[in-house]
Amino acid sequence: MDLTEFLVKTATIFVVFVLTLVIAMYSTWAERKVAGFIQDRSGPNRAGWGGLLQPMADAGKMFFKEDFIPALANKWLFIAGPSLAMLTAMLASAVIPFGSTIRVAGHEVAMQGVESNIGILYVFGVVALGVYGIMVGGWASNNKFSLLGAIRAASQNISYEVAMGLSLIAILMMSSSLSLGEIVAQQHGMNWNIFYQPLGFIIFITCSFAECNRVPFDLPECETELVGGYHTEYGSMKLGFYLFAEYINMFISSAIISVLYFGGYNYPGMDFVYQQLVKALGADTGHNVATLIGTAVFFGKALFFIFFYMWVRWTIPRFRYDQLMNLGWKKLIPLAIFNIIITGAAVLFLKPLVTAWLN
Amino acid sequence: MNSTVSFFYFLSFLTVLSAVMVVVSRNPIHSVLYLILTFFTLSGHYILLNAQFLAAVNIIVYAGAIMVLFLFVIMFLNMKQDNEESKTNLTKIAATIVGGTVFVILFGAYRKTAIAPFNPEQYDSQVGMIESLGKLLFRDYLLPFELASILLLVAMVGAVMLGKREIGERHF
Repeated sequence: MDLTEFLVKTATIFVVFVLTLVIAMYSTWAERKVAGFIQDRSGPNRAGWGGLLQPMADAGKMFFKEDFIPALANKWLFIAGPSLAMLTAMLASAVIPFGSTIRVAGHEVAMQGVESNIGILYVFGVVALGVYGIMVGGWASNNKFSLLGAIRAASQNISYEVAMGLSLIAILMMSSSLSLGEIVAQQHGMNWNIFYQPLGFIIFITCSFAECNRVPFDLPECETELVGGYHTEYGSMKLGFYLFAEYINMFISSAIISVLYFGGYNYPGMDFVYQQLVKALGADTGHNVATLIGTAVFFGKALFFIFFYMWVRWTIPRFRYDQLMNLGWKKLIPLAIFNIIITGAAVLFLKPLVTAWLN
Repeated sequence: MNSTVSFFYFLSFLTVLSAVMVVVSRNPIHSVLYLILTFFTLSGHYILLNAQFLAAVNIIVYAGAIMVLFLFVIMFLNMKQDNEESKTNLTKIAATIVGGTVFVILFGAYRKTAIAPFNPEQYDSQVGMIESLGKLLFRDYLLPFELASILLLVAMVGAVMLGKREIGERHF
């Protein structure tokens, strides 16, 4: 690999990294604004215009609080817990395709950190590792409530991972590719997977709620039963990292949902806009502007799903733990297997029929 | 030395180091975490061999699922460091002999193995990719693959039977 290519990749990954962090930061602000709107109050409005500096103020507060480590806690693992949570949350953003390509001086630069032919498996692997941050932190606190919260979070995550993986398989059977870039490219021209996989989408979004430990699946931090859950003993910026990792996970899963089911950067009338732009601005500039519009559309979709997470949080009450496990194992997994069978039958029998009929 | 080779040596060093730390650590939780690190470095080796699917599956299955269950059990057992000394000298001697024998066998087998001649120019670099792996599994090795899946199904049914709730009152 030559040096320019390396530098371009580094710059892309850096941009993706910063974007993820900024979006996660402003999700905390948006969460309180949405909560305020739903509960008929104004939400944060003191720091900056409309409370826009509130995330900065919170970060400053977190940093200046006393960094306390309990006497009987395992010191290194106590620090490693939140770091692992942040690390695994950030890792998945590398393979998300944010747009098609940008042309600079004859070079095509993909708007994606890494184009990998196992993209979706990579995301799935990183999601599976997300458990460790919580488990290590909960155990290292040396507190029974933390341990129970961590165990709860971990068993919830691994239970819902199964249904999530099974709902992904239906998508993979249709796309016959594991690369996220390829999956998005195949959805060009309103061939969005949501029209073919409505059941799979419902399973996937339910599982991603559970994976992010969001309401209605936020049992790991159930105050009435577990004090504060796995982060009972945490304070200062270490607690901040745990809370922040949740928002990063939310953004990542929203982005993955829009990539897998809502066509990523594709939008209706895309080809028409592309032709008009190329005609008006020339081949290179027109292409770049069209790509940027696609990226804006992609972020619009992802932000809508972040809003959806918040909307659900202030609408639906929390499940009981046995209800959660019953839903995961006895309802979602059989449904996902049923979805796989239906998809397989449709790909084998329905698709040739429809293709023959259309021609 | 080109970058792939130096990277290979670095990864191998990490692998061996973390594998040794699994055995040496006094705290079982640390051992499990080092074992997870070992799986990661092994995945790094798979990526160096251009077997990306194997690398991802190694992470998902071993680091993501099996080691989580290991951690579960060890966290609940709540093993303290001081009751580790309860092993008698006899146990230690027996363990050393068994471990040493396995080492000698492995070393002997390694010395006798002749690595097949290998031509880098004719090597198909795409052999570890998921497409060729899938074709191989579902064309040439379809019967063993299906038999393995039936075996897994049987094991799963057995596990469900063992974990089934007993007749009587519920405890939660």
